[in-house]
Order: sequence, then C-alpha cells, then structure tokens
Amino acid sequence: MSLDKNGIAKRIAQELKDGYYVNLGIGIPTLVANFVPENIEVILQSENGLLGIGPFPEKGKADPDLINAGKQTVTTIPGSAFFDSSLSFAMIRGGHIDLTVLGAFEVTDKGDISSWKIPGKMVKGMGGAMDLVAAAKNIIVATTHTDRHGKPKLKTKCDLPLTGIRCVKKIVSDLAVIDVTDKGFKLMERAPGVSVEEILEKTGAPVIVEGDIPEMNL
Amino acid sequence: MNKVVKNAKEAIKGMRDGQTFMLGGFGLCGIPENTINALVESGLTNLTCISNNAGVDDFGLGLLLKKHQIRKMISSYVGENKEFERQLLSGELEVDLVPQGTLAERIRAGGAGIPAFYVPAGYGTEVGEGKESREFNGKMHLLEYGLTADFAVVKAWKGDTMGNLIYRETANNFNQAMAMAGKITIAEVEILVPAGELNPNEIHTPGIFVQRIFLGTNYEKRIEFETVRES
Repeated sequence: MSLDKNGIAKRIAQELKDGYYVNLGIGIPTLVANFVPENIEVILQSENGLLGIGPFPEKGKADPDLINAGKQTVTTIPGSAFFDSSLSFAMIRGGHIDLTVLGAFEVTDKGDISSWKIPGKMVKGMGGAMDLVAAAKNIIVATTHTDRHGKPKLKTKCDLPLTGIRCVKKIVSDLAVIDVTDKGFKLMERAPGVSVEEILEKTGAPVIVEGDIPEMNL
Repeated sequence: MNKVVKNAKEAIKGMRDGQTFMLGGFGLCGIPENTINALVESGLTNLTCISNNAGVDDFGLGLLLKKHQIRKMISSYVGENKEFERQLLSGELEVDLVPQGTLAERIRAGGAGIPAFYVPAGYGTEVGEGKESREFNGKMHLLEYGLTADFAVVKAWKGDTMGNLIYRETANNFNQAMAMAGKITIAEVEILVPAGELNPNEIHTPGIFVQRIFLGTNYEKRIEFETVRES
C-alpha cells in the first residue's frame, strides 16, 4: 500500500542523525519534525530567522512576532537563536545546514528539480528554495510518486521551470525510496506491499534495480 | 542628536512618485504597518517596492497593490496575495522574482557598499538567464548586484532617539539588512526611549543607518496562519 503524507515524513525522519541542523520545507517536509527519533537531537532552521523551532504554541499563546517560513505561529526550544534574513542565508549558502527536505513538482534522474512555478497558472515565487537547493550538502525530496492525474513526477527532464540542477540526492515518495546516483535513479526501498513492477511503471525514467529490494521499515 | 519625527505622515515627507522603496517584513511579520498606511493615504504612485512578500489582499503591501500605487515589485514569494497574482498574470504589475537568500544578500551588499557578488542560487534556472556566470571551486555561480533604495522603511521592536534599533524574534527578518540600504531609512518602533537607555550590547542596527524614527501606534500584528498544538 502506498504511504500517506505522515508515512513519507516518518521514513524521511530515519535519515536524521544526532546533531543535524535541518531545514524543512512547507508541506510534507514540515511533518518530518513530528517523527524525530527520541534518542537524537536535531535543530530545525527556519529561513525567516530562527534556529531551534519548537512545537506549535498552545491555544491562546500564539505570538505574531514568532513564525516559521510557512508563516505559521511556532515556539522556540531552549537554546534557540534569532537572526536576520541575510545571516540566515549565510547559514544555508555557507553549507552549514546538514539536511534540506523539500517538496517538488518534478525531479529528474540527474537530480534536477522543479518546484516553484507553473507558467500561466501559478506564480508564487521561489522563496528560499533556490538558495537551499543550490547550497545544501544533502537534499531529500518528499513527494508523491505521481501527480493527481497519475503522471510520473520522477522523470528524465523537468517540463516546468527549474528550481535547481543536479542537486537532489534522494527521493522519498509514497511508493519508494530512490537515490539519485551518477548513473541515474536507483531503487533502494519499497513502501510496504508495493511491488518493484509498480514502482518502475510509475517512474518516468530508467531505474536501477539491484538484487532484492527491501520494504521500508516503518 | 535627535532623529525622532512625530508620526508616519511626517516620516514619509519628501517621497515622490516613481521612487524605489524597501519595506521590511516576512509575510505580515515585522512589517512597518504605520508607514504602509501613510503611503496608502499619500496616493503616491508608480512605485518600485522591494519587499520579500506582497502582503495579503487587505493588509500590508496588499493595500498599496489594490490602489495600483505599485508599478514594480522585487520579491521572493508572493503566494498569499490573489490581487498580486492577478496583476502579475495580467501584466499590470512588473515583478522581479529573486531567490530569497539572494534578495537578502543584495540588500545587505547594497547597504554595505558591495556593488556585486557571486552566488550559486538560480544557476541553470530562468533566474540565471542573461546573467554573468563563473565557476568557483568547481561550482557555477551567478553574478548578482547590490540593491539600494530611495527610502528603506523598517519596523523594529525598540528604538532610541539616535536611531539605534532592536528587533524582536522573527520580526527582524529583512528589516536589519534593509535599514542599511536606504538613502533615507525610516524606522517605526513599538517602544521609543531616550538615547542611553538601550543596552549597546543588544543593538541590531546602529543608529548611523537610520535617519528618521517614530513611535508607531495601533499595531494590528495580524497573524497569517495561526497554528496551535493539538491538545
């Protein structure tokens, strides 16, 4: 069975390591924060100027001066820090963020990603996504394997305007974990009950399959 | 030295049609509400606004958009404003979308006297079209230019009569860099104290960058997405 949003987030949380500084994008990536293993410490960065994002505030305690990059009210953890936007992107551009998780419209087997614009239909802007993908050491894309019309989102070429090129290292979808290697997509894990054949059928690019592909351990 | 002016109306004296403004804030957090309202009342038009976002339809810069006072926006994310998207898609509004970190650094650089610099963001995308590029350490970068403005308008938490500023929490965002980049910088603050009362160790923006400061009133501080813990 394919994973729901929380399932994708839960699998991505397994990629977190103790001491990581992490930037989570809007949507499914934000949910990863709910699944951080208890035995490790991870510091979440918000590009609007906060290191050490805490949980959402209790009812009635929301502070309009304290938001995340999705403009949601948040809190801070002990040891958090505030700073201005240019310093925030010095952290990002300077390679100080260990892991970036973001959503995508399309990802290619070269690691290219489109995520910010649908010409003529939707122009919201790239926000910090281009800065993040151009600089992060490790980028994981959280996405459904196909779009709402059933078309593959994992392809050989992006049809929509690019956010960055040759930057995505790993994709966690509702069907699979796929690494982006020098030789293209490589299937690493299957969602529970999903067959290799189904994954290959729903991927719009060649996929390297070596040996038995294990199911995700959720 | 005393840089205090009475209110927003006095602070925007000398602004003219067609000028370039920077306005601090991220979403609706840390926006100069008083000055935006004064700009709406002023009826100034043909403005170029440099601001990370464009407010929402009925608050923040959205108010200026609705009255067609803005000719061009330089922003990174404009997704929360339907009127903005409409004016953009219909061609009424010129928009330059810039990656957020590049935008912040262009403003910081402009204020710091750095005319241009290289960043990797946007290389290989439409953001890089027509721009000079160059390889450093095996990676391609784009040449980006510093930004300045006729007026920078920022919102701080505390300020003193000499223009020293302290921001609060994530309401700092673009304000600190923009304060450096205005030919004239206007600061509106929630708490205004005599020089000497702020702790110099805690100043974010030294007063040298600020020309006019006033005590803001009636802050709405609207929350865009109030999210609370599930009990």
